[in-house]
Amino acid sequence: MDLYQEQILEHYKHPQNFGLIKNATYTRKELNPTCGDSFTFSIHINDKGVVDEVGFAGEGCAVSTASASLLSEAIKGKTLPEVLNLKTEFILELLHIELGPARLKCALLPLQAVTRINQSS
Amino acid sequence: MYKSDFPLLQYTNVAWLDNAATTQKPQVVLDKMTEFYTHYNANVHRGLYTLSVQATALYESARGTVQAFIHAGAPEEIIFTSGTTAGINLLATSLGELLIKPGDEILLSPMEHHSNLVPWQLLAKRKQAKLTFFDLTSDTEIDLNTLAGKITDRVKIISLAHISNAAGTVHPIKQIIELAHKNHIPVIIDGAQSVGHVPVNVQELDCDFLVWSGHKMCGPTGTGVLYGKKRWLEQMEPWQGGGDMIKEVTLEQATWNELPYKFEAGTPNIAGVIGLAAAIEYLEKIGIKKIERVTSERYHYLLTSLQQLDFIKLHGVNKINHGIVSFTMDIAHPHDIAQILDEHNVAVRAGHHCCQPLMHIWQVPATTRASVYFYNEPEDIDKLINGLKKVYDTFRPHPESLPCKGGR
Repeated sequence: MDLYQEQILEHYKHPQNFGLIKNATYTRKELNPTCGDSFTFSIHINDKGVVDEVGFAGEGCAVSTASASLLSEAIKGKTLPEVLNLKTEFILELLHIELGPARLKCALLPLQAVTRINQSS
Repeated sequence: MYKSDFPLLQYTNVAWLDNAATTQKPQVVLDKMTEFYTHYNANVHRGLYTLSVQATALYESARGTVQAFIHAGAPEEIIFTSGTTAGINLLATSLGELLIKPGDEILLSPMEHHSNLVPWQLLAKRKQAKLTFFDLTSDTEIDLNTLAGKITDRVKIISLAHISNAAGTVHPIKQIIELAHKNHIPVIIDGAQSVGHVPVNVQELDCDFLVWSGHKMCGPTGTGVLYGKKRWLEQMEPWQGGGDMIKEVTLEQATWNELPYKFEAGTPNIAGVIGLAAAIEYLEKIGIKKIERVTSERYHYLLTSLQQLDFIKLHGVNKINHGIVSFTMDIAHPHDIAQILDEHNVAVRAGHHCCQPLMHIWQVPATTRASVYFYNEPEDIDKLINGLKKVYDTFRPHPESLPCKGGR
């Protein structure tokens, strides 16, 4: 299985939008206690109601980090309702890999943070 | 040397290094279980017809095999369970009910498997009692200096693993049992990682209770044993009510059957128990001392091989370990390590190993764990090492990478 194809590794080693942004409209942390993967997402929504800045922090395995990195880029330009409604298929398409049930949880952790972004921790 | 006895290892060619999670089964165990279902299947203890008599004889003969295996004094002291977890829950309920009052303490180590922690948490909550813990040294061993101080006059039960499932630490249980008995405290030993791996003699240890699982010593899943000294078992009320554990029943009440049946309600895992006895016979034919020695040799080969990799950090390696090692890599997460090793047909475990408090003590979210048993060959460990080198190659920083916005 080419799980560790270049894209995943690249995003793991050099994640995009790494680092929480200042002046975030919303911030949300999600944690998987089973493995310790944890990500915090911060987003800024401009006065047109669209996400214009994203930053995330945290640590995790290659799959969850790549997922967070790809997701952080993909939500730019979306409205808040669009972000909150993102589904599993969205992240799987971004990652472009076959994931077994054990690793699916890894990929979904950043999605959880993003789709609950406006909920208080 | 022994691999050819194990059909799964022939069919899959996997380097099975997750023995702490479960062990593979020799053909003789599989044959005995199939033989039961083919020729002797009937419920036990109830029927008058030949098949039931035969099935009962096989089941009770298995009890005798287990008794001899751990050198228990009497067959009434051997209770079949569905595994270690069930055994500990039985004790937390029945022994807990007998001994624990508000304000009492139950003394454990902070590195127990959740099955030897959570049932006691539930008991403590029910009875307004408190859990206390042995101190650990920085080498993940029980601190012998503070040991005596932990055994206060409020401690009513001590429960401890013989061998740690995440670190492989062999605890000084004989010493702890002696000290506990001076204070009249019963000791429960969780033998899930030790029975069938090292010699375990309950007379010599003088433990009050011993629990373990069949599937971690070449037996089938869904089987296990609780050994208890008769004087305790006689005082304890049953855990589960139902058939076979009763003598007389009216609508209002019931009287209990004698030991061990008092604690074996319902139809047991008859085929499983027969498989468990076959596993014991298989291991005893090789000899437990030999199994201990071979496992030790494999463990030392595993340890020294890992120690030669400078990108591997070992956790919990101390003076006496048996069979199990936990490790981490700075540049790769345990999930990714285990995934790449799987691509090399090497089976290891990644996660918290049902020991979240220990991970917290080690200050890691998770580790990768490799565990050996007597049927592993050095080539299994070589495959692991080659796989780990591949993990390192995949994840190491490459000097030709471009700088970026964020990153590690």
